[in-house]
Amino acid sequence: MKNEQMDLVHIKADFPILNREIKPGVPIIYLDSAATSQKPVQVLREMDDFNTNSYANIHRGIHTLAEEATQKYELARNKVSVFIGSPSPKQVIFTRNTTESINLVVQSWGRKNLSSGDLVILTEMEHHSNLVPWQMLAEEKGFRLEFIPVMENGLLDLDVYLDLINLEPKAVGFTHMSNVLGTINPAKEIIQIAHEAGAITIVDGAQSVPHLPVNVQELDADFLAFSGHKMCGPSGIGILYAKKELLQSMPPFLGGGDMIKRVELTSFTANEIPYKFEAGTPAITEAIGLGAAMDYLNSIGMDKIADHEQAIVSYALERLVEVPGVEIYGPEAAKKGAVVSFSMASAHPHDISQILDNQGIAIRAGHHCAMPLHKKLKLPASARASFYLYNSKEEVDQLADSLYSVLDIFGI
Amino acid sequence: MAIIMEDLYREIIVDRYKNPQYKGKLEPNDITFDDDNPLCGDHIRVDLRIDEDGNVTEAAFDGYGCAISQASADLLIESIQGKHLNEVKSLTKEDILELLGLELSPMRLKCALLSLKVLKAGVYGIGQASDDLVE
Repeated sequence: MKNEQMDLVHIKADFPILNREIKPGVPIIYLDSAATSQKPVQVLREMDDFNTNSYANIHRGIHTLAEEATQKYELARNKVSVFIGSPSPKQVIFTRNTTESINLVVQSWGRKNLSSGDLVILTEMEHHSNLVPWQMLAEEKGFRLEFIPVMENGLLDLDVYLDLINLEPKAVGFTHMSNVLGTINPAKEIIQIAHEAGAITIVDGAQSVPHLPVNVQELDADFLAFSGHKMCGPSGIGILYAKKELLQSMPPFLGGGDMIKRVELTSFTANEIPYKFEAGTPAITEAIGLGAAMDYLNSIGMDKIADHEQAIVSYALERLVEVPGVEIYGPEAAKKGAVVSFSMASAHPHDISQILDNQGIAIRAGHHCAMPLHKKLKLPASARASFYLYNSKEEVDQLADSLYSVLDIFGI
Repeated sequence: MAIIMEDLYREIIVDRYKNPQYKGKLEPNDITFDDDNPLCGDHIRVDLRIDEDGNVTEAAFDGYGCAISQASADLLIESIQGKHLNEVKSLTKEDILELLGLELSPMRLKCALLSLKVLKAGVYGIGQASDDLVE
């Protein structure tokens, strides 16, 4: 069994929060990592150590603390760069989260390059973070949005994509992995088709980068956005990777300190990349924490994590489908990441989540920031269990068992 | 706040959820309003028929959502049958909790109060069901 290559007992011991109880005698089973992951002690310690011993503002300081802080912050950038196979750390911009990264692309690249009559292609399975920023600018500029449909089987309809591509889009934005369906989209193929039509590509990697080996050069992605808090790092730190020529040609996003080379009363000269896009004091401790998270994930191996999650999700689909009244959304296990969204015939997702919480199981209920996708699925909401490197098959069993207790209350 | 499952899913809640007494639409009606809980996508519509003295002669709700939102809507609609609109306007969060006989966490409170927000927004004739209406 592939997943036995991971030492789950030791991994779980690394995450102090996973060893607490929800109430006396009821240990936590955390199945909400698609919303945010938990942090291992290695990350917590690194952040604590930095705050305790080296904290200062970065760049331009000459004193020892400022130098240590700058060095650690830039080392974290370097770790991110290596983690995603970026040609240079200069192409790694620290933001607050995936949402801010996408807003940066839309407001900087989009504002400069898109105008009335232009077309941007997105998909029906996008998180609101890859919809609303485009809608906001489209309303102002008058460009059009078209969407690659989601088929019954949870996959994107690439035939329609090929039709849309003939309309000569300027940009194609898509999620690498759906946060609802778990669908892993064929990013390389989508990007290649976009490039042949002369469009740039924006990949929402919020769900993929934490769970799969992702290499920006192999994908040939123009932009890749993701968040630290979904990959064992802290919240408040996100990443935008982009191709160098794009970053160099783009105007700054936010204005202020650190993003300038020179300022006069009525004008400024923007700084070099990546600093051009990092206005103001960034989340210094969080960036360093993210660097530690990358070290942690590397110490286990992204291939192994992906294999482990593939085994867990296959097993979860098997177990959940046995429960009467349960309907599961998204493609077969081989085409998805470790996210299982489902509904039950008799109970609303809120009630499912409440009953599971009583047994220590944390799942998410709602539309998971994907209202258009839920509309397509004809669902007001769904329940979602999502898994990470620290979850086990035993926890899947407990999830399945607890769904039977929902049936005890609500019937089938 | 510790929520006790047996209390939360008492028979009356599950029964009202599965077999609501006042679910449906009134056409024609004198007052109708609907809104969503953006946090979870729950949806409630309330229809009222009012006589010339301003009393509710008939009321119904429609929509979808969790057991708490649907049961509290059903109990609320039951409680306003025959009442004057002024009485409806004065209903509060406490009235809903009394109808349910429950303590609720802040998140679940939003589920329970959706129907009252929609009802009061309709009765006041304002275009939006805001939290201020149920404070």
